[in-house]
Amino acid sequence: MDHQQTEADPPKGGLSHCAVDAITAVVFFVAGVIMMVDNFRIGISWAADGPESGYFPFHIGLIICIACVVVFLKSLFGKRRNREVFVTWDRFRLVLLVLVPTAVYVLLIQLLGIYVASAFFMAAFMRWLGKIPWIKTILISVGVNILLFWMFEIQFLVPLPKGPLEALFGY
Amino acid sequence: MDELSALIHGFGTVLSWYNLGMMFIGLVLGVIIGVLPGLGGPNGVAILLPLTFTMPPTSAIIMLSCIYWGSLFAGAITSILFNIPGETSSVATTFDGYPLAQQGRAGNALTASFTGSFVGALSGVLLITFLAPMVSKFALRFGPPEFFAVFLLTFCSFVGTDKKTPFKTIISMMLGFGLAAIGMDTVSGQLRMTFGWSELLRGVDFLVVVIGLFGIGEILVSMEEGLKFEGKSGRINLKVVLQTWKELPKYWVTLIRSTVVGCWMGVTPGGATAASFMGYGLAQRFSRNGHKFGTGEIEGVVAPETAAHASGTSALLPMLALGIPGSATAAVLLGGLMIWGLQPGPLLFVEQKEFVWGLIASMYLGNFVGLIIVLSTVPLFAAILRIPFAIVAPIIIVVCAIGAYSVNNAMLDVWFMLLFGVIGYVLKKLSYPLAPMILALVLGDRMEDAFRQSMLGPGTGLHVFWSNGLVGTITTLALIMLFWPLVSLIWRRIRSASNGSKNGDVTAPHHPSP
Repeated sequence: MDHQQTEADPPKGGLSHCAVDAITAVVFFVAGVIMMVDNFRIGISWAADGPESGYFPFHIGLIICIACVVVFLKSLFGKRRNREVFVTWDRFRLVLLVLVPTAVYVLLIQLLGIYVASAFFMAAFMRWLGKIPWIKTILISVGVNILLFWMFEIQFLVPLPKGPLEALFGY
Repeated sequence: MDELSALIHGFGTVLSWYNLGMMFIGLVLGVIIGVLPGLGGPNGVAILLPLTFTMPPTSAIIMLSCIYWGSLFAGAITSILFNIPGETSSVATTFDGYPLAQQGRAGNALTASFTGSFVGALSGVLLITFLAPMVSKFALRFGPPEFFAVFLLTFCSFVGTDKKTPFKTIISMMLGFGLAAIGMDTVSGQLRMTFGWSELLRGVDFLVVVIGLFGIGEILVSMEEGLKFEGKSGRINLKVVLQTWKELPKYWVTLIRSTVVGCWMGVTPGGATAASFMGYGLAQRFSRNGHKFGTGEIEGVVAPETAAHASGTSALLPMLALGIPGSATAAVLLGGLMIWGLQPGPLLFVEQKEFVWGLIASMYLGNFVGLIIVLSTVPLFAAILRIPFAIVAPIIIVVCAIGAYSVNNAMLDVWFMLLFGVIGYVLKKLSYPLAPMILALVLGDRMEDAFRQSMLGPGTGLHVFWSNGLVGTITTLALIMLFWPLVSLIWRRIRSASNGSKNGDVTAPHHPSP
């Protein structure tokens, strides 16, 4: 399968639309196989009182696999293949510029609590990606989070993850 | 008229200060959510759902359904003023809406689209008021096999009506079923697909998936498109409104046609997006000035908006009467129902009269109040889009994270949200439809329960689904829907063969059987 995917690559940089399509189909195919294997373990046959627990999900996995094969074949050999580049590198850079900070942010939530992490995240995002002046950045990021704190902790009493700073204030 | 007295009783429920307040908050939030890129009906409702756990269910659903109406109204604002559809259902509105705004007639376009929306929604609510009780009464006779057959019909018609990518619809749907199956099996108590991971015991919550797919995924897509908002001014004054309203009755045929299309597409899960395109397409084909469509015709704004709203509203009909949602947002609302401790299904009309009729009454009122709100405050909401994306995006991400965390108070869910954000980004770019996944995820357990309950007892097998006339009809209908493209292809082949093949090339969708 691998050499077919690289074959579908356009000459210059970046995966083509149909290559990504094929890769996605392979990934989902694997997910379907995992589903089938795990449910086969539980039992997929017909017990005395009807189908066993694995029956339904096993067949779901089976259908995923079949549909994935069709999508995979269509993406490689279909007539109306989309050979355009899936995403150009500088566009993808923009996506990563959001995705990576968001991942760091989720990590920070665990360490600092959601409010402090959010304030840092918003400030960093606004300052670096939006080139927004410092004063505005700080006012908005701190202000929004104080508002959120007031809404969730005080008004709706929804407990959200809190860190050292909130502990300092006795929350 | 049982329905009317029940409805009047429902109005009594709605007309309390608390519920009216919730309605107002819901509508305003809905419009904001609809205007913002990256937030839409499904994930807006999903994020706010955890906040309603402590509210009385009636007030909660009034607020959440009003968010839905608000976001439907708001889709038109961005389409017309910025040429950017805020919701996928308002893509067709940009075709004529933006040209109108360029000609300086944004006010007329907005008024026409809001009024069209209102008419569409009102017809949807009327349909719900009178048809839903009947459907639910009929459905009281349903046993597990019938319910399974109806579920099957819903999902098959999703596949059958998707002309472009039926197999992607199947994959998306089946992934939803797979995700729903993770965790403890409700019948036998066995663990499924947890791979020894105790955090997976409770399964993957649909709210987290919705927030990831529609929230984070949408942000990533918008980021890639590099949003620049250059909007037209959207001032509306009373004169423009009255002038447009005077013009609207001319388009009564379009209004009726779009309403019918929308209601049909809403009840069968065709979705508001398909309905709006169909409404536009039909209007273009049958209207006297159809050839001018795309250059700024009021009719071209009315047609898709009316259909989208009619469809969005009537998507709640099967949700209320049968417990089967007709759209992604309706699916999230249905999930909410289960969280509030209400059992969705035909019994809802019997056991939870106050809730159901309160909701229906709130639809009348909510759409009316919504119309007034959007007509009077468009410039305010349009101003939101002029806030730099670098400020809006992180706030949306933070709100999504809070929403995902508060579903189960679990950090793992926030990571899942991120994961589904990436998945959503890729799937959206590969034009996988996402609504079937949400529907399958919400309904998965119930569909499986229905299946297994029909299989209880000795001597059962798949023939149970043809054991009596009713269930047999529904199951057969489901299979016909599933293979519909194939059926229509064969039908056209036969016809063109007998007609001496005038135009031999059949442009039917290619759909090999699985």
